[in-house]
Amino acid sequence: MRQFEYKRAENTRGAVHAHAGQASAYLAGGTTLIDLVKLDIMQPERLVDVNRLDLADIEHSDGGTLKIGAMVRNTTLAYDQTVQTDYSVLSEALLQGASRQLRNRATTGGNVMQRVRCSYFRDGVSPCNKREPGSGCSAIDGHNREVFAVLGTSEHCIAVHPSDMCVAMAAIGATVHLASADSERAVDFLDFHRLPGDTPHIEHDLKDDELITHITLDAPIKGAGSTYIKLRDRSSYQFALASCAAIVALDGDTIREARIALGGVGTKPWRCKQAEAALQGASATDESFKQAAQIAMEGATPYKHNAFKIPLARKAIVRALRDAAERARRSAGEPT
Amino acid sequence: MMDSNDTPVDVRLSLRVNGQMRQLDVPPNVVLLDALRDRLGLTGTKKGCDHGQCGACTVLVNGEAINSCLALAVVHDGDDITTVEGLAGEADLSPLQAAFLEHDAYQCGYCTPGQLMSATELLSNRKVGTTDAEVAEAMSGNICRCGAYKNILSAIQETRQQHAGAAID
Ligand SMILES: Cc1cc2nc3c(=O)[nH]c(=O)nc-3n(C[C@H](O)[C@H](O)[C@H](O)COP(=O)(O)OP(=O)(O)OC[C@H]3O[C@@H](n4cnc5c(N)ncnc54)[C@H](O)[C@@H]3O)c2cc1C
Ligand code: FES
Ligand code: FES
Repeated sequence: MRQFEYKRAENTRGAVHAHAGQASAYLAGGTTLIDLVKLDIMQPERLVDVNRLDLADIEHSDGGTLKIGAMVRNTTLAYDQTVQTDYSVLSEALLQGASRQLRNRATTGGNVMQRVRCSYFRDGVSPCNKREPGSGCSAIDGHNREVFAVLGTSEHCIAVHPSDMCVAMAAIGATVHLASADSERAVDFLDFHRLPGDTPHIEHDLKDDELITHITLDAPIKGAGSTYIKLRDRSSYQFALASCAAIVALDGDTIREARIALGGVGTKPWRCKQAEAALQGASATDESFKQAAQIAMEGATPYKHNAFKIPLARKAIVRALRDAAERARRSAGEPT
Repeated sequence: MMDSNDTPVDVRLSLRVNGQMRQLDVPPNVVLLDALRDRLGLTGTKKGCDHGQCGACTVLVNGEAINSCLALAVVHDGDDITTVEGLAGEADLSPLQAAFLEHDAYQCGYCTPGQLMSATELLSNRKVGTTDAEVAEAMSGNICRCGAYKNILSAIQETRQQHAGAAID
């Protein structure tokens, strides 16, 4: 592994200060960063260790929102009591990501910032516009099955955003909070990750002098049921071929509100607002769910080896909506 | 910090490894796995993929199972580390080690230290349920190329049940 300088940050200000203006990377759980530094894909000259920052709390916040510190580990978040009851879709998504060992280290901030799993990006030699802007995309005419997208792709990059956690957050609705040395700002979660377009090397809205301090989840939808369905080549410790986070709230058998977000098929965590709109006021039947799935995948671009993802994603959507609706029905039947 | 040749200087750190305080000086780019194996001579922990994809390097840090191949040693200054060498007592194997023997839970044995560490965390981890499916899922971060999964699972299940029984008494 290449050599780098190591700085342990004691507080947010110190972290931002040590990082800004350098060829530096923040080190959280290290499960993406150390992997990619070993492969020499990421080449920081300095690592700023943020593990001791006071950003590891999960707290209730204004208007029923939930504030999650950037250093909260994926395991901690998945088993948090509030997350398990009010945001079970998030707990399920986290527990289907990576392995127990990795989740014990992986952090909320690092998960949002994880890099693509494209083998051409990772091999360090193939043309790749993310790694070497302007060099071309080897995946478009190459092997493009597992971790390649059908939604949000461009002629410059087709790699999937691999996170499960982010798919659940996209469905729930969230805000990313960023701090620099002298200011703070908040970005809508759906605007944080960028589409590749003709600048696939720009992956997110974080500026060089900023740190993610926390993420707030929107207040849970009253009476809703939710679930995360992840389809993959092996049943655990594997990235999604297609996944769906669904949240459904009912008035009797009519859909009051529905949320759908997809993983494994989009170049960023993929929210399906048009499909959601079609569900609002519709009856909670398979027919409605199938129609929503159809709308969600409209405009998808199949590549040579991943065309199967389009029908697969539709099935994931139907199943997730059906299960989420069933849970909403059950919770309505329960005495409160 | 860099020295005058722009080479990062060694960092002094203390680790409590299997109950013993150890001090070592390492450059920042040394991962915990290599620190344990190459600097402390604890070669029980294995290097498989070196990229978080196999679990052979699993150790416990402050009681939690992690992949030591993706963890910089300097990050763990002051932490409590348990490796496979720390499982057995003076005379006896740990109950889990004994169960692995009895259930024939390995063939080549390369994945075994990682399996044992991961399973050791599970013994006291009440968040993971008791069914075969739940335990297999919780153990999915440990790949066994010899395919000893079935026997690994039965060894863990037996030990976990005994452990739960013992905890209630
Ligand atoms: C074998 C393997 C399988 C995996 N499988 C899955 C899976 O199935 N599903 C899934 O979702 N994920 C999976 N992952 C990815 C894993 O979830 C991520 O590696 C992890 O979430 C990253 O978090 P971290 O804290 O370790 O980040 P780090 O590796 O420490 O950091 C990642 C990036 O984020 C930056 N960063 C970290 N914290 C901050 C912050 N607060 N502000 C700004 N920037 C920051 C770092 O500088 C770095 O660029 C897998 C990983 C591996 C190795
Ligand atoms: S060597 Fe660490 S996971 Fe394979
Ligand atoms: S026993 Fe050979 S790899 Fe598991």
